[in-house]
Amino acid sequence: MSIILGLLTLVLLYIVIVQISKASDLIKTLRSGVEQEESHEKSALFLSVLGFGILIFTLVSSYIYAPTLLPKPASEQGVWINNLMNVTLILTGIVFVLTHIALFWFVYKYHYSKGRKAYFYSHNNKLEIIWTVVPSAVLTLLIVFGIQKWFKIFSPAPKDAIVIEVTGKQYSWVVRYAGRDKMLGARDFALVKGDNELGINWNDRKSQDDFMPDEIVIPVNKPVSINIGALDVIHNFYLPHFRLMMSAVPGVPTHLWFRPTVTTEEMRKELNNPKFDYVVACNKLCGSGHYNMQKKVVVVSEEEYEKWVKTQRSYYYSIVKPAMKDGSFVLETPVSEAKSKLNSSSNNAKH
Amino acid sequence: MQTSAVVESNVGEHTHGHGNGGGHHHTETFISKYIFSTDHKTIGKQFLTLGMLWAIIGGGMSVLFRIQLGWPDETFPILERVFSSWFTDGKLNPEAYYSLVTMHGTIMVFFVLTASLSGTFANVLIPLQIGARDMASPLMNALSFWIFALASVVMFSSLFLPTGAPSAGWTIYPPLSALPQTSPGSGDGMTVWLIAMVLFVVSTLLGGLNYVSTILNLRTKGMSMFKLPLTVWALFFTAIIGILSFPVLVACVVLLIFDRGLGTSFYLSNIVIGGKALPFAGGSPILFQHLFWFLGHPEVYIVILPAMGMVSEILAIHSRKPIFGYKAMIFSLLGITVLSFIVWAHHMFLSGMNPFLGSMFTLFTLLIAIPSSIKVFNWLTTLWRGNIRMTSPSIFAIGFVSLFISGGLTGIWLGNSTVDIQLHDTYFVVAHFHIVMGVAAFFGMFAGVYHWFPRMFGRMMNETLGYIHFTITFIGAYLIFWPMHFLGMAGVPRRYYSFNEIEAFSQYADLNKLISVAVIVTFLAQFIFLINFVWSMFKGKKATQNPWNATTLEWTSPIEGVHGNWEGDLPEVHRWAYDYSRYADKEEDFIMQTTPISEEEKKNYNQH
Repeated sequence: MSIILGLLTLVLLYIVIVQISKASDLIKTLRSGVEQEESHEKSALFLSVLGFGILIFTLVSSYIYAPTLLPKPASEQGVWINNLMNVTLILTGIVFVLTHIALFWFVYKYHYSKGRKAYFYSHNNKLEIIWTVVPSAVLTLLIVFGIQKWFKIFSPAPKDAIVIEVTGKQYSWVVRYAGRDKMLGARDFALVKGDNELGINWNDRKSQDDFMPDEIVIPVNKPVSINIGALDVIHNFYLPHFRLMMSAVPGVPTHLWFRPTVTTEEMRKELNNPKFDYVVACNKLCGSGHYNMQKKVVVVSEEEYEKWVKTQRSYYYSIVKPAMKDGSFVLETPVSEAKSKLNSSSNNAKH
Repeated sequence: MQTSAVVESNVGEHTHGHGNGGGHHHTETFISKYIFSTDHKTIGKQFLTLGMLWAIIGGGMSVLFRIQLGWPDETFPILERVFSSWFTDGKLNPEAYYSLVTMHGTIMVFFVLTASLSGTFANVLIPLQIGARDMASPLMNALSFWIFALASVVMFSSLFLPTGAPSAGWTIYPPLSALPQTSPGSGDGMTVWLIAMVLFVVSTLLGGLNYVSTILNLRTKGMSMFKLPLTVWALFFTAIIGILSFPVLVACVVLLIFDRGLGTSFYLSNIVIGGKALPFAGGSPILFQHLFWFLGHPEVYIVILPAMGMVSEILAIHSRKPIFGYKAMIFSLLGITVLSFIVWAHHMFLSGMNPFLGSMFTLFTLLIAIPSSIKVFNWLTTLWRGNIRMTSPSIFAIGFVSLFISGGLTGIWLGNSTVDIQLHDTYFVVAHFHIVMGVAAFFGMFAGVYHWFPRMFGRMMNETLGYIHFTITFIGAYLIFWPMHFLGMAGVPRRYYSFNEIEAFSQYADLNKLISVAVIVTFLAQFIFLINFVWSMFKGKKATQNPWNATTLEWTSPIEGVHGNWEGDLPEVHRWAYDYSRYADKEEDFIMQTTPISEEEKKNYNQH
């Protein structure tokens, strides 16, 4: 019933609008020349006021919402990115305001009047060169600064960086730390099976001290190097507060390194929010659970980090080895054999 | 095929050129006149009608998913009754949400803003503005529409599949789009999507080749390339971009079909689902993105160039001034066309491709700002000291300039790879491309419809309704998309079904409600346009032969529209399209392109 009523109201509203407009157009055609001119002026004033109103709306709303945007960047890289963004904001902001003032001022100032003739002005090389050269110069600056920082951000990670591997799958992140030897154990796609999704080669000694925590804990002011991958579809490893992201692509390893500068505690104080936590979110559509693919990130002091690492237990010794003993986990056949097995099965699938 | 088509067009010219004018009708039935017509004017109207239908469907979809984003905790049993397969317990399912987002993008980008925008105006305007009887190949032209209609039917049918419409986003990145196990929409829905897109490309190519050969070969006597109105130039470059880039989409899509059905691994490698390794090896999902965006980026220029052309024309006519910097306008179109092919990877800065490529693509991408800013400054100078008539077409054209500035400037943010690290795939991107290629292109389209409606239907549209339509849509566009910049700068990612799951993105519930309300109101306001359109078609004020006092050829062809466009001989062109207010002492402020340059004028006549 309420739907029918709603629809009826809507239809009535349309009818009213149409009838008024029909009458209004009819009146316009009956008007004298002077009145027509007045109507042009009124329309021009209306459009001009509307335009300036929108300009004011854009500026005021930006001012009001500025404090709700992301807090200060929590990484060194984020600061560079944020600074370049602010420079871009100022430059494009100036152009935005000036062009809009010109546009909606001209609309009113040069609206139709019968006695006036428009000014025949078809080109002016000097002007056109000015507005080719000036934007080019400004853009050159943005390009140079941008590319400079881009290469800095994607430079090789420092040698002393903490190495973490993050793997995306529908709809969670699997985290693996390199452990005491600071080297991640080898992975082999041919070793993948139900209880070894990542295909970790447990025969590799380097893998035996690796640990797989539920959250990402990193020390402040130390470089962190992230090896990013995905199992099923493309995901995106997105750290909004650090201003960083990188796609996680099945079959194509990607990489990102950064230096966190603000601990979780410091950020909680800064935001006056004792519950605040950094987060990794997925930022590439990966299926129906895409909107809830998150993991907590904690930035701590260096001492706290060392303490935390000591509490972490090797995945191999705590889970894989006991399972092998009770027979629920079978260590794979040597890699070469597993590979040939997989090849023959994939050939079967193709033919 | 080509030869026979050309022969047919020559025959057409022959009969009409020497026939007894417009009264000379062959035995035309209703079907041959209105349905399987080869008259470019009719085909243009067909594109427009189907495009409007698609726009309502695509816009309606956005209303549905905005309801979810605006009121994530409420239930809507009413909607469930209508769209029962998409709702559970009064709430939109995540799968349906992603299907709606995917189909909204596909429909709006391809079916409305590519097919209908170019299809409508290239068809209506090219032959009439260059002085031709019809397209180079009217048959190919009709085929272009009917294959588009077929693609439409196929695409629409995907909505009714039991596994649902495709839901991998309009960019259909594999592996998500390749493996039905990862998303139900990637089953039959995706197969149907891929077939529809191949048909769509066939339609686009048939149209595009026709537009280019018509413009190059069928210009009337005296119509040199530098006398063409900017609409024709814009449609010319649009068609060229389409011809060069759409075939790559076919290649891209066909390889995906192979990966899906034949077990090849062009885009797939090392995939593990549920602890099971799939037998794909050696492919790269990034290859797909390169191929897709090689079309995908030029595509946005396919969308915006026709709007730019029409706005240039409309601003000049309604401000009674020549377009400022006619040649600069052409060369900036050319610049955009060339650059559009070497910027595609700016969609892929963070895709995992080599960062060195990122720096090159930053350089080329930001270069596009130069021709774009030339265009904006030239439009502003065209208005300066004009005698601007406040009509529905001109206010929409002015609205276009505002939106193009707003959306274009944020392109400078996103095109810079370093800034993109923060903003990529956030709501900032949604704001950027909706303003610059969505709403702006729509504004160009509306301006074009209001302006050339009398040319199409012989009647005027209602001005007051035009004003109401403009006011609500213009305010609505800013209310919807401006706040999305804030969401993006606060880190909120796009393509999220709900913002409540992740604490950091949940603070904008009120703003999202406001955006959704604005979406609904703006969507309803489009029906004012539709009512105006249909009502004016039958009951509008009869148009005079040249209602806007324009100089171009389409207003010399009988306004009631005759087959073959001109009775008797084709018009001859003597001057460019922008002789507005050339002589301050003359009563009339425009000189038709067909008016010869008098002896007296010749002494110091300089085109531009």
